[in-house]
Amino acid sequence: MVEEIGTTTDGDLIINVGPQHPATHGVLHLVITLNGETIKKVEPHLGYIHRSIEKMCESLSYRQFIYVTSRMDYLSSHINNHGCALCVEKGLQIEVPARAKVIRILMDELTRIASHELWWGAMAMDLGAFTPFFHAFRERETINDIMEETCGARLTMNYMVPGGVMLDIHPNFRQRVHDFIRLFKSKVHEYEEMVTGNIIFQNRMKGVGLLSAEDAISFGCTGPTARGSGVSCDVRKYYPYDGYEQLAFDEVLETAGDSFARYMVRIRELHQSIRIIEQLIDNIPEGDFQAKTKAVLKLPKGEFYQRVETARGEFGVYIVSEGGTTPYRIKFRSPGFSNLSALDHMARGSKLGDLVAMMGTLDLVIPDIDR
Amino acid sequence: MENSQHSNGLKTALPLEGRDAAPTAERSNFPGQVHETPGGGIVLSKLDDIINWARSNSLWPLTFATSCCGIEMMAVASAKYDFSRFGFEVARASPRQADVIIIAGTIVNKMAPVLKRLYDQMADPKYVIAMGACAISGGPFFYNTYSVVKGADHVIPVDVYVAGCPPRPEALLHALISLQEKIKSGKTREQIQVPKPVQAQIKLKK
Repeated sequence: MVEEIGTTTDGDLIINVGPQHPATHGVLHLVITLNGETIKKVEPHLGYIHRSIEKMCESLSYRQFIYVTSRMDYLSSHINNHGCALCVEKGLQIEVPARAKVIRILMDELTRIASHELWWGAMAMDLGAFTPFFHAFRERETINDIMEETCGARLTMNYMVPGGVMLDIHPNFRQRVHDFIRLFKSKVHEYEEMVTGNIIFQNRMKGVGLLSAEDAISFGCTGPTARGSGVSCDVRKYYPYDGYEQLAFDEVLETAGDSFARYMVRIRELHQSIRIIEQLIDNIPEGDFQAKTKAVLKLPKGEFYQRVETARGEFGVYIVSEGGTTPYRIKFRSPGFSNLSALDHMARGSKLGDLVAMMGTLDLVIPDIDR
Repeated sequence: MENSQHSNGLKTALPLEGRDAAPTAERSNFPGQVHETPGGGIVLSKLDDIINWARSNSLWPLTFATSCCGIEMMAVASAKYDFSRFGFEVARASPRQADVIIIAGTIVNKMAPVLKRLYDQMADPKYVIAMGACAISGGPFFYNTYSVVKGADHVIPVDVYVAGCPPRPEALLHALISLQEKIKSGKTREQIQVPKPVQAQIKLKK
């Protein structure tokens, strides 16, 4: 355990935030150097939830390793599974049935909404407002019910498999999603009224945690963190997968680069996800939900990479295969790791109290960073 | 009895063994007998029982979540499941003010000394719930990796285990109610004075 409390030779104060701290959303440990109340340096210490997932994947088969990835970014578990399934499909050149593709996108977008809602509630809680948390979970539980009916799980779904999805959708699925869209549209204005327009909230978010577009690119930020700085980087637009190219949706961009811009990107993404779901929910094609695959999958010798857009940014799966039943090496490119690296740059010069607001808008999931 | 009506929401909990109390007490789980007299009543009980009853109905959890199970713990705190019905309302960020630590998620080798320290910082009486497969045994997947502690009970003693990956919110609620029952019946680890188990020595680096 790192013990770095005290003062530096310059008379600066060193304090620790975490690893057990409610605002770090898990077990992140920040060592902060302070001059008075002004932040001079933020040093994240990682590894408090390093579960050696990449090493473990080397001994699991191409069907098995997908289940472990649900536990990495557990708020985007469908999208993690999706990326892994796509990477294996790319290696085996499996053609996924049209029905499975549509189901996958529907699940991805529902997950994105659920993830953004949890982020919204948790971030408002970081800033001291407790009520938004309950409002966010009200809608999130509806999505969880939909997931539970079709996938059998509320959080770690393990629904995507190489070749399609594990099971067909539940007969109630379509009706449930329609109900959810109606509920969501009637409630989403509350989010805006309660938090976005709040003057205290705006004062704490605007002009805080500035990240320029150049810095966002050089730190490797992706997802809403980069799009809040005006960097167009949506994988769904640039490297579309499973039919995203045929859908009408906008890549949400804000140019201010502050915490408020990152907040607005996520709020506006909620509406875009609803738009995607509305286009697909009545147009699920008939047919198989899974392509016929061999019982034991063997990827040909070579290297395969697939990227997908999770709720936090670009998630990449890199598989090195020696031709056997298990991968030789797997590397995951997690969005949170790169986004976290920009925190030091953002926080320098601002006050300690603003650090929590900045971290809230980065939407960190620590097991995704540590893996 | 004012108190008995407000005691808790535990209408479904089983009546405790060997407690043949008056109807009022049975209905509310209050430990003791009420003898009604004209113009009031007399409560007969043991002080220990009343202390246990009071403790079990105001357990404040520590917000300690390392991974996925933490999200389900948040779901239990939200309006649909709402563990504040059972007295778990005030989730504390500081171990000094918490009574129960819900280990929600994997404990890895680097986190184990932190968990031990948090447990040591909590004031007595303190209780531990191991939530999910990782906290019980190192997880459905992570049990044979180099970095994961194979169960939180290698680090700190555990009162209640909840199975699942992650457990459903109802399962966590059941665990919380089980802990309350355990405290009320005087069967927690501290109450029955078990000899201290031999624990793995974890050296804290100074």
